[in-house]
Amino acid sequence: MCLAIPGRIVEMVDENLQLAKAEIGGVRRTINIGLVHNEVEQVAIGDWVLIHVGFALSKVDEAEAQSTLRALEEIGAAYRQELLELHESRIE
Amino acid sequence: MKYVQEFRNAELASAIAAKIAGLTDPSRHYKIMEVCGGHTHAIYRHGIKDLLPPEIELIHGPGCPVCVLPMGRVDDGITIAERPEVIFTCFGDMMRVPGSKGNLLEVKARGADIRMVYSPLDALRIARENPHREVVFYAIGFETTAPSTALTLRRAKQERISNFSVFCNHVTIVPPIRALLDSPDLRLDGFIGPGHVSTVVGCRPYEFMTKDYGKPVVVAGFEPLDLIQAVLMLMRQLVEGRCEVENQYSRIVPWEGNPQALACLAEVFELRPYFEWRGLGFIAQSALKISPAYADYDAEQRFAVAGVRVADPKACQCGEVLKGVLKPWECKVFGIACTPEHPLGALMVSSEGACAAYFNFGRTVQAKATVGS
Repeated sequence: MCLAIPGRIVEMVDENLQLAKAEIGGVRRTINIGLVHNEVEQVAIGDWVLIHVGFALSKVDEAEAQSTLRALEEIGAAYRQELLELHESRIE
Repeated sequence: MKYVQEFRNAELASAIAAKIAGLTDPSRHYKIMEVCGGHTHAIYRHGIKDLLPPEIELIHGPGCPVCVLPMGRVDDGITIAERPEVIFTCFGDMMRVPGSKGNLLEVKARGADIRMVYSPLDALRIARENPHREVVFYAIGFETTAPSTALTLRRAKQERISNFSVFCNHVTIVPPIRALLDSPDLRLDGFIGPGHVSTVVGCRPYEFMTKDYGKPVVVAGFEPLDLIQAVLMLMRQLVEGRCEVENQYSRIVPWEGNPQALACLAEVFELRPYFEWRGLGFIAQSALKISPAYADYDAEQRFAVAGVRVADPKACQCGEVLKGVLKPWECKVFGIACTPEHPLGALMVSSEGACAAYFNFGRTVQAKATVGS
């Protein structure tokens, strides 16, 4: 649970509930964007965010996202485990 | 080298390593602590130590939330999980953390309804789907993870989901660092500051380390290059006689942190007067409890949690390893009575614990040889 994984916002689900759909490691899951989508900053479809336990923690640019993904793949087992747990996630 | 990118990084890494070597005084011994468990994992995974001169020692800090959880809090969780009306939810990392009478995985095998979740919002969904059961989320983590629990509690309150509660074990990063700095056992030269925690709290909370204790801090990212760059920045500070908080991870970490997240934490949580840390003992104001405004969602109140205190197993030396006094492989039970399959201490459970990281990445033999020589 300590990892933060880059994902790309693909759909706004419900702005009031601060929910968006993100593509993460090949799957699409609903995440909460409240920490990065507010009066101070906003995210839009196509943006990359770092996702931690179902919450977007910060906005990142694409180069940073790709580089983080490469580093996570090198980490191996812990990243695969995180993706398995993410697969089971059904945030509403 | 599979990719050009990796090759370029390797060249860059060697160049940074050469600069570090150039700044190192061979008559000195430098002790640098990486606070965060994610950094510990990356350091072992990528063999960062091999790139550094032997005079620079990396000490692994207390920044793994699973590893610092005392046994009593695991036992308290198990007591809640064993109640027949409860669906107990937690992150996968928690399942094998040893309590005094076994772990959550064993309690689940005995029939308790314990479910691994990816997110506290998954736990809230389970509560919505099971209105006649009590759904409890076992919350752990530093300031990186606490905002997600806070936002989940806000949502539960908005929707008035009355069968949901949180057993709060969130901890804060600064008090254990201060405790380590006050510890007479340990002499450190500088700190690699945590990356993701700092996206929430920013860099300012570390200023006391430079001002009150004269220790430089460099907040760093999680890639191999980030880590050796951070060591280089620390070595430059030491050589030039500077003592500052620097931000190597500014591409992610804003100096002021995330004000939204901090506001949410302030609304939903308050500081506990003290909290027990595995291996470090009781530390004042080092953990979060649920604030009076959200007391209806506090599992400690709902289930009248006893707050048991359990001493760590005698053979377990997690405390010394956490304080950086012992290396993982110097613990009496490392790799023998305590392995990732059958952990005695929490540092062997989480992949971010120093002992599991050391065990998994096959450096044991080499390390033992070094110690023995």
